[in-house]
Order: sequence, then structure tokens, then C-alpha cells
Amino acid sequence: MNKDASKTDLSLFVASFRRWRYKLTYANNKCLFSYILLAVSLIRDAFEGKIQYLQIMDELGNVDSGLFPAELTDDKLVEMLKLMLLTRNADQKAVSLQRQGRSATYAPSLGEEAVNIGTAAAMRKNDIFVPAFRQHGVYFARGLPLHLFYMYWMGFEEGNMIPPEVRGFPMSVPVGTQMPHSVGMAFAQKYKKTGNAVIAYVGDGGTSEGDFYEAINFAGVWRAPLVIIIQNNQWAISIPRSKQTAAETLAQKALAAGIPGMQVDGNDAVAVYKATAEALKNAANGPTVIECITYRAGMHTTSDDPNKYRNAAEVEEWAKKDPILRMKLYLTKKGLWSDQIEAQAVEEQKKLIDAEVEIAEGFKPDPKSMFQNLYSFVPETLDYELKDSEANNFWQGE
Amino acid sequence: MLVNMVSAINNALELSMKENNDIVLLGEDVGRDGGVFRVTEGLIDKFGEGRVIDTPLAESGIIGTSIGMALSGMHPIPEVQFAGFMYLSFSQIVNHAARYRSRSRSTFKVPMTIRTPVSGGVRTLEHHSESPEALYSHIGGLIVVEPSTPYDAKGLLIKAARMEDPVLFLEPTRLYRLFKQEIPDEAYEVPIGKSNVIKAGNDLSIITYGTMVNVVKNVVDKKKVDAEIIDLRTINPLDEETILNSAKKTGRVIIVHEAPLSFGVGAEISARIAEKGMFELKAPILRVASDSLPYPFPGYEKFYIPNDRKISNSIDKIMSV
Repeated sequence: MNKDASKTDLSLFVASFRRWRYKLTYANNKCLFSYILLAVSLIRDAFEGKIQYLQIMDELGNVDSGLFPAELTDDKLVEMLKLMLLTRNADQKAVSLQRQGRSATYAPSLGEEAVNIGTAAAMRKNDIFVPAFRQHGVYFARGLPLHLFYMYWMGFEEGNMIPPEVRGFPMSVPVGTQMPHSVGMAFAQKYKKTGNAVIAYVGDGGTSEGDFYEAINFAGVWRAPLVIIIQNNQWAISIPRSKQTAAETLAQKALAAGIPGMQVDGNDAVAVYKATAEALKNAANGPTVIECITYRAGMHTTSDDPNKYRNAAEVEEWAKKDPILRMKLYLTKKGLWSDQIEAQAVEEQKKLIDAEVEIAEGFKPDPKSMFQNLYSFVPETLDYELKDSEANNFWQGE
Repeated sequence: MLVNMVSAINNALELSMKENNDIVLLGEDVGRDGGVFRVTEGLIDKFGEGRVIDTPLAESGIIGTSIGMALSGMHPIPEVQFAGFMYLSFSQIVNHAARYRSRSRSTFKVPMTIRTPVSGGVRTLEHHSESPEALYSHIGGLIVVEPSTPYDAKGLLIKAARMEDPVLFLEPTRLYRLFKQEIPDEAYEVPIGKSNVIKAGNDLSIITYGTMVNVVKNVVDKKKVDAEIIDLRTINPLDEETILNSAKKTGRVIIVHEAPLSFGVGAEISARIAEKGMFELKAPILRVASDSLPYPFPGYEKFYIPNDRKISNSIDKIMSV
């Protein structure tokens, strides 16, 4: 993780100081002497452009108790696992609907559930999120009615009628273009003194977009209350992470904007939670970039066949690091999870999903809504087109 | 107050900011420098750095962050230094500003007024004299206005700042300081989507806007032709009713604009008249515009922008039918 970034810039020093503080928080069991050693080494690391990496729960469900966030109670952990399962089950259903021709192209989130649920669990009630397009779990965790999710993927704008209490925005299909929005939203929180922070999501591919660089740059200058989650799933359709950038980490891009950047094990929901919660707590002082290392276990979208460009061995290797698997192992060891509990949870979730899909499939589009929601008024010229179609029954044509 | 267009816009910004605390100005050099054309001069002293924001030099960032502010209950008025640089934010404007409302069925709105100087005639460097109104009007979801007088500039801008739609406010650089006009001190609105019949006439209709309004007026004065002159003021949505009524009344229509001829605003107006009023015309519709070329270097602009001779020639042509 060593980097040869600028070694003298003051902003780097500020960034290093912040990271040092985070790390002290993480190492809450250490003695004063190790604090000092740690602090010195971290400041040095930051001057060398090194990026810290956080993992709390390993692939076998063993946790580092010294780093484990105390506020993650048993109930909260079980809830997180259930939400990850819901995300996976809702995802499976969406793929199946597409395969049956009941839905349009879909972008699955298989294997990336820990990034979604770990970050969402860290959000405070009024924090705001700005997704890319593979954050389905975030919507679910924030209480989006599932039928809206299915309506979006069935091809209806009405799926974007997100209730205000979800505190989230619609997906952004043009890659990376949501990033400047998130900075403006964070600016607005500061301007209106709400005390809320904004979480923005972007993929590994998205970090190559100009809008990503412009956004982190603006965020740094404005010290915007913003947490940027890079959901690095290693693949941008068929382009591997190695062809996306020569930079050793994506997190280090933050340093160029004068803001702290770090990496976490993105399949470790606990580490994702902890890093996000810390960054949100610190958001009043400025933005943070968190690169979550995860893996797109499935296809880019239902129109894609990943076997064309990546080998099975890689997929198998990552399957061992599955985020749900390790959470189950951990909670089972703690006596909080069992096959029985799981079977019951899955049954309930599938019932909910089926009911929500039924609502979504019952939606009848009204072509007039296309015209009535473009502006705050319907211009006469547009109204003429609407009435022309209506009067001549064009909408009933083949 | 007797003011030029720069002062009229400055005054509109000041009144709007006083009226609505959620309005902020942002852009390159808009603060201490007052903008490269001095349109925002003095506003940083009146409203502070918190509301008149000098941003990093990145147009997509300026428009993208403005969209984020607008989605969060603010009403940003970003300035893009020149329309030629606005192409760097084209994705944000087209993909998000224009369609956020419709793609969320009015759940999310983008109240925002993007200001940018347009058109040429002032011998600027390349990329500083674009007339992109047709591009932005074609998208759908963006209101596109272009004033030709200080009075309209102030009234249109105040109206835009009170709307919840994204408005593209195009300011012709050539008109910034060309003439002064007496306008009210207080806030007033000029309606959006309504053109202005600046001179009634019976022999032909000349439909124009922006930099060409004064050129057309001078030609008409000189030729002593009984022409009706319509200043569009709003490009999108088009005031079709006024255009059709005038076309049907005079039976002869010329459309004049500085933007290039092909696929332009003139083509759109011409098509609408043809579709809905062709049999009331006495002559084919004519367009006078810059030739179908990118805007040239300043040394060539006098050969490019439509001039009195080109307009006069068209009037002679249409009156001879």
C-alpha cells in the first residue's frame, strides 16, 4: 500500500492527522506508549502517501475484539445480517424477473451486500445518501418500499418517487455524474446548518471519471460534510481494476484533493460500518474517502456474460470471502444465528418480496405523466403534443 | 434607473438574493473579481463569501454541485464564464438538470438559473462567442431565455429566480454595455414563454432574439418597411401563438438569428409555421443566420455574423414575391 505521493504538502499533514485520530479510536485497547508509536508511524505513513487498511472480521468470522465497535449490539448485528440476506434475495428475484421478461435490464449487487448494509447501518437518521446504481441494499436498509425498487427496474419513472424519510436520491446511470451532486448537497447541509452529512457512492470505474475528480476537489475546498464510499468491486463491466488506473489504491486519490482516504475490507460489514461511522462523525470537519474492497460476484447487468472476460478461479477465490458467509459464521459462533433462524427469515423475506413485486406489476403507466412532470407547468406547445396523442389514440397503437 | 444590461442583471441578482436566502451565486471569478464581465461586481461585499462563491476552475463541478444544492432546497445561480466552456458541463445539464424532475415524477426538483454569456461581435478569442441556444432547447426540460434589453434581462432573471425549474439564462456579450435603458428600481417579472412584439407591422414578420434584435430594428427603420418585429425572449418553450398570429397576419416571415443556420431555432420556427399556417403565407419562409460553420476567430467574425446587408437582402427577396 505504499505510495510516493507528495511528502510536503500541508493538506497531507492535515489528512494524516485525521487518520491518526481515527486509528487511535480503532486501537481502543492499547496503552499510551503504543498510542504514541502508532501516531508517529501514521504521521510518517501519511507523509509517504500510505493508505491505511481496516479489517475487523476475517473470512472465517473471527473478529478483532480490540477494533470491534462497541455500539454494534447483538440485535444490530442480527439486523445487519438480515438486511444483507434481504438484499441478496431481492436481488435474486430481480434477476429472475428479468429472465422471465417481467422486468428490464437489471444490475445485480450479489457479493457487495456488506458495503451497502455496513454503510447504511452507520448513517444517522437524517444523513442523506446519493447512490451510484448498485446500492440496492442501502435503499432497503433506509426503508424504501420494495415495490418502488422493482418499478424502477421494470422501467417506470414512478420507481424514483422516493419517500422523503428514506433520505436518498435516485440512482445515477451515467457513471460518476452523481458525485458533484453529493458535494452540492453536503454544501447545502452546511449552508442550512442542518448538522447532517451526505454519503455518496461510486464504483471503481467511476473514480476514472472527471466528475469524480472535480467532486473530491470541490469537497476538499468546501470542507463539505461528505463521506465518499468507493465501492470497488474490481470490475467495470469487463475492465479490471488494474486497467482502470495505475494508482495502487483508489483511496489515495483523496490525498490529491487534500482530504483523507482509507481502505476497508468491503466484505467485512463490521469494518465498513466502523469506518463509515467514524467518517460521518468527523464530517462536520470535512470529507473522507473510504475505498471498500469488494467483488462483483455476478454479472455487470443481466445483459452481460462475465465468463467472456474473467476466469472462474478468481470468482471462486472471492466466493470464500463472501460477506454474508462470514457474518453468519461469526453470529453462529456467538449463538445469535442458526439454520432455523435463517430459514424463518428467508421465508418472511420472500413473502414480502412477492407481495411487493405484485404491487409493482400492478402499476399502470399513464402516458400523460411524461408531459406533466417535465416543468413546473405544461407549456402550450407540449400540451398540444399531449392532446394530439390523446385525441388520436396514438398511445393505443402498436 | 438608467442602466446597461450588466447593471440590470447585477440589480436583478441583488434583489433576488435579498428576497430569497437560499439563493447563492457560484462560479469562476464571480466573487472578488465580480466576474470577467463585472456582472456580479460588488455582490460579495453585500452578501459575503458564503453566498457569492469563487469555485475551483471546473465547469462540470460548478453545474453538478449546483444541481446538488438545488436538490437540497437551495436555489443556486451558477455562472459559466463563457458558453463555450459550458460544454464541459453538458453532461450535467442534459443528464441531470433537464430530467431530474421528470425522472422522479416531480418528487425531486432542480430550481437553478445558469447564467452564461453568449454570441459574438466583440472580438473575443476563439471559444468565447458561441450561440448554443438550439442545443439546449432541443433537450427538453430546460427553459432557455435570452434577453435583448436591460429591462427584459432584469425581469426575466427575477422571474427565473422565483421558478422551480432549471433555467438557462443566456446573456449576449455584445449587448452587455451597448446601450442604457430606463428601468424600474424595484423587482418586476417579465413572463417566461412569452415573446415581445416590439414593433407592429403588416407587410412581413421578422422573428428574432438576442444580438440580432437591434440589427433588425435598424434595418427596418432604414428601409421604411412595415415590418412586425418579434423578440422571442424565451427560446424554449416557444411562444408559438404569437408567432403564428403574426405569420397569418402578414403572410411573410423571416427568422433572424446569430446562431448557425442549419438545425437551428429558425428551422424549428419555420417548421411550426409550415405545419400550422402554410396556406396563409404569401411567400416561402426565409431564414437569416450565420453560415453553417463553427464560430470563427475574431478576425473573421465580421464576415460571419448576419449584418444589415444580409437582412436587407432577405427583406427585398420576400417582399418581391
